[in-house]
Amino acid sequence: MSTIKPAPPAALPLRFATPIGGVAGTSFKPEHLPAILEAKNRRGFFEVHAENYMGAGGPPHRALEAIRRDHPLSLHGVCMSIGGPRPLDKAHLARFRGLVARYQPALVSEHLAWSTHETSFFNDLLPLPYTAATLTCVCDHIDQVQEAIRRPLLLENPSTYLAFRESSMRETEFIRAVAERTGCGLLLDVNNVFVSAANHGYSALDYLADFPLSRVEEIHLAGHAEQADNEGDLLLIDSHDGPVADAVWKLYEIVIRRRGPVPTLIEWDSKIPDWPVLQAEAAAAQAILDRHQSAVPAGERHAA
Amino acid sequence: MPPEPGLCFAASFAPALLDPARSTPELVTGPNGKAAGRRYDVYRNNVTVSLIDALAAIYPAVQRITGVDFFRAMARLHVRSNPPTSPLLFEYGRDFPDFIEAYEHAQDLPWLGDVARLERAWLDAYHAADAIPLSPARLSAVTPDRLADLVFIPHPAARCLRSNYAAVTIFAANRDDAPIMRIDASTPEDALITRGEFDVAVRRLPPGGAVFAHHLMSGRPLGEAAAAALEAASEFDIAANIAGLIEAGAFTSLCCGDPS
Repeated sequence: MSTIKPAPPAALPLRFATPIGGVAGTSFKPEHLPAILEAKNRRGFFEVHAENYMGAGGPPHRALEAIRRDHPLSLHGVCMSIGGPRPLDKAHLARFRGLVARYQPALVSEHLAWSTHETSFFNDLLPLPYTAATLTCVCDHIDQVQEAIRRPLLLENPSTYLAFRESSMRETEFIRAVAERTGCGLLLDVNNVFVSAANHGYSALDYLADFPLSRVEEIHLAGHAEQADNEGDLLLIDSHDGPVADAVWKLYEIVIRRRGPVPTLIEWDSKIPDWPVLQAEAAAAQAILDRHQSAVPAGERHAA
Repeated sequence: MPPEPGLCFAASFAPALLDPARSTPELVTGPNGKAAGRRYDVYRNNVTVSLIDALAAIYPAVQRITGVDFFRAMARLHVRSNPPTSPLLFEYGRDFPDFIEAYEHAQDLPWLGDVARLERAWLDAYHAADAIPLSPARLSAVTPDRLADLVFIPHPAARCLRSNYAAVTIFAANRDDAPIMRIDASTPEDALITRGEFDVAVRRLPPGGAVFAHHLMSGRPLGEAAAAALEAASEFDIAANIAGLIEAGAFTSLCCGDPS
């Protein structure tokens, strides 16, 4: 008797040979697939939200296979709830591991945030206090993820709108400790730095000066929106619905000058523009990366 | 199990996210003693709006039928009472069709729940496991004496839905922006949902077709399925129906009930 024969996990012919180095990429949106496949320009990588590809089969996997054939892929998890107090969801971790094994992404990242509590999934990147207790819990969760995927994870700094009274560490201090204890890499979201700095009234440059840049393996850039807080002061929202702000570009160039060229992603998740618009944002990041291609990380540079 | 000391923040932070009657949690603050209310509301808004958006993405025909404002008001109530339990948003909203049927302002659209069920089935078919559909040649190769015992293996994407209303026609007319002709909603319709390598297809089944498809997809032999279909509809055409199901990609394989 014949049985159902699932399509074999594709042994993908990988056309690119080298890691993604100092290359700019964009969020992958399925509506851009025809334009991407038509384009002759093969430079650039794509990042996908892991959860969108956790279905058993169907068109999402056809699209991801097509993208993966010609481009490096970045797998970006948004729902692992690494920052939450609850044990990691074993089924979710297994799905994440399965995607890493199937698509062999060049980069794998998750957030310093949580999204599930009790039985409810809130579909947002919720904040956590920075304390000795949460540090231990986050490190334990990252250990589990890295053990499951058998490679280092990149942890992304959050954008936040409020603080916890119980926090006893600065965010940069917390992230540095996580990276040192777990050996994870970091995904520096420069827009998140700008948004959080504005919302908490600190200097983005001070934050970056305190951030362990040598562990940064990927950068995110995105657009933000403006609202007001209770006092009528500016409150920035990490909306991913528009072009990168000029001030964020400036911060980005400062980071690249110090860190050297690391893969940089333009995130654009709602009010998604036509492909050329998104591509132009990536080209702007690529121009900055190219200007610093020969740059040596600051720590290794001799005084001029 | 209560969280360890120092890890109670989520239990304090979470309950007000989907409950506007609750006040801002005590444990959060703005910088330099500023109020946290509007700041916490950003999270409330992100959670609620993103989950309403998720329902709108799963149920675009329902939203087109009701209009955006009606849909979002209905979805907001559902999101607050039934938040997702899985981080996979394409799994969300399985109980939304029942919610729609019970929603007091949707009582004059009695077919809306079935349209929602079709949309939910469409998305399940879209994400279902890949499998190669049964080739029609496989059926042609079976000798007539064994036909009645044939058992079919359903494709992971295949689904069959029955409605007391013209749910298939209403669904099809509202999945895009094309203008809609007048539809007689009172005609019962049954749907077959399938997916090949790429596109999900929704077909209207002829009389008896749903009984037939349902039997075959539950693993009942062809002879039994045909008898049940004929009982349901005397005009039932076995040859046309089995050919139609195979052509639609409803099965991946067949085998004879006889183990020899």
